[in-house]
Amino acid sequence: MSRTDANPSGRLPDAFTTPGTASFVDFLSSYAPELLPGNRALPAGSWAAELSAPHGTTIVALVYEGGVVMAGDRRATMGSMIASRSIEKVFPADEYSAVGIAGTAGLAVELVRLFQLELEHYEKIEGSLLSLDGKANRLATIIRSQLGLALQGLAVVPLFGGYDLDRATGRIFSYDVTGGRYEEHDHHAVGSGSVFARGSLKKRWRPGLDEVGAVAVAVEALMDAADDDSATGGPDAERAIYPVVATVGAGGYRRVPDGDLAAATDGVLAARRAARGGDPR
Amino acid sequence: MSMPFYVSPEQLMKDRADYARKGISRGRSVVVLQYDEGVLFATENPSRALHKVSEIYDRIAFAAVGKYNEFENLRVAGVRYADLRGYSYDRVDVTARGLANAYAQTLGTVFTTESKPLEVELVVVEVGSEPATDQIYRLSYDGSVADEHGWVVMGGQAERLASVLGDGWHAGMTLRDALALAVRVLGTATDDGGKPRTLEATGLEVGVLDRTRPRRAFRRLTGPALEGLMPGKGGAHAAERSGVADEPGDATPAP
Repeated sequence: MSRTDANPSGRLPDAFTTPGTASFVDFLSSYAPELLPGNRALPAGSWAAELSAPHGTTIVALVYEGGVVMAGDRRATMGSMIASRSIEKVFPADEYSAVGIAGTAGLAVELVRLFQLELEHYEKIEGSLLSLDGKANRLATIIRSQLGLALQGLAVVPLFGGYDLDRATGRIFSYDVTGGRYEEHDHHAVGSGSVFARGSLKKRWRPGLDEVGAVAVAVEALMDAADDDSATGGPDAERAIYPVVATVGAGGYRRVPDGDLAAATDGVLAARRAARGGDPR
Repeated sequence: MSMPFYVSPEQLMKDRADYARKGISRGRSVVVLQYDEGVLFATENPSRALHKVSEIYDRIAFAAVGKYNEFENLRVAGVRYADLRGYSYDRVDVTARGLANAYAQTLGTVFTTESKPLEVELVVVEVGSEPATDQIYRLSYDGSVADEHGWVVMGGQAERLASVLGDGWHAGMTLRDALALAVRVLGTATDDGGKPRTLEATGLEVGVLDRTRPRRAFRRLTGPALEGLMPGKGGAHAAERSGVADEPGDATPAP
């Protein structure tokens, strides 16, 4: 255990046996609040501007026939420097949902861990899965608890997508730093390259996309973002570093293998070469 | 103020132990047995919602007999203990031994300091990468811990069922054989001269800790997956596969 408790017998403290909550965050805030990322004391002042911590960048998500695709590039930046070219920013939240993160990478990864645990904890205690709206609301609560850090400049902005087992469709939720939760229709992007990615998604997304088509659209949107945003990394065939692309459908979370992503990337490049008609620009 | 009657410590402990044992023996038995690819839990339980067998963590599961509200409370405490530990350290640092110790201290303290002992008996199991590294801990109402090998029976007819199970069990059983043995053991005749019963899949609660599954090893066997594995159901190899294979969404998610 992470703390000494008043009971010398070594029995599990009362907080463990108190019935009532199936939420790990609620349990943690009553038993060990210092472990919650939002509860740490911060030095006063506007130090965040000088602080250089890695930032994650672009995440895109789109709905296809029977699920949702979420994709994130692999770059993390620290000012004008590339902090990492192989960071992963798209994670399974549970079996039927995925979460992608943009913003301060260290905090974001910690929040994802907490969110994954929150869903698993509920599932184990209640013996059933949360509804997709329930999961989206729990993520909003976790983001809201970070407001203090966000005001200091260490914002984390997630994108949440999942397969709604009740409605049998894929759905996407976006968030703002205050914990506001908004359901998005068809497609959405967050992060520094999101402006360009959204433009690309608007042109390429169409109703009734299949899974392979949706993965290609996601990869192309990330390539468009990487074209114009210095903080977004494009597919790197030389090092075999491709975006993390995940599909979530009735069969659950599935990470798209690099081989398929290489093929999708080649497809986009070939189409662009053909459109230029051999003109080397 | 009147003085309470003197009761010797031996008598006090014996009374409490008798009380707890009586409560536990009223419940139906749970059998836990190792098979080649994991550990099987089975009990007679017509309820689909009130479980006696549950997942605690990635490789750890829990089974209990006795008073439902008391062991449910301990189960939730175990999930909180494991999740907190995994969150503060790492997922691999959550062990059945640590959990068994926490349970033992809790049961022992309640037994000696509170007016009523907990009327429960627990098994905490962790599957390893091979049968030799599996750990099975059995915890009694007084906080005593036993490190078991191969199999455990808890509950009402435990002693009699243990002899049947001990005769039938051998290392390296398949899941199908292990389930057949468990069903036979649970259906044996009661002491008061009843006849052996044939149990149906609908009246059973069955779970496995399957060491071949990647992260969360626990899964419940329900519905067609369990039907296909039941003794007397020939040619159901397909069901055995779909029962324990790691295909998301092929059955109820393991809670």
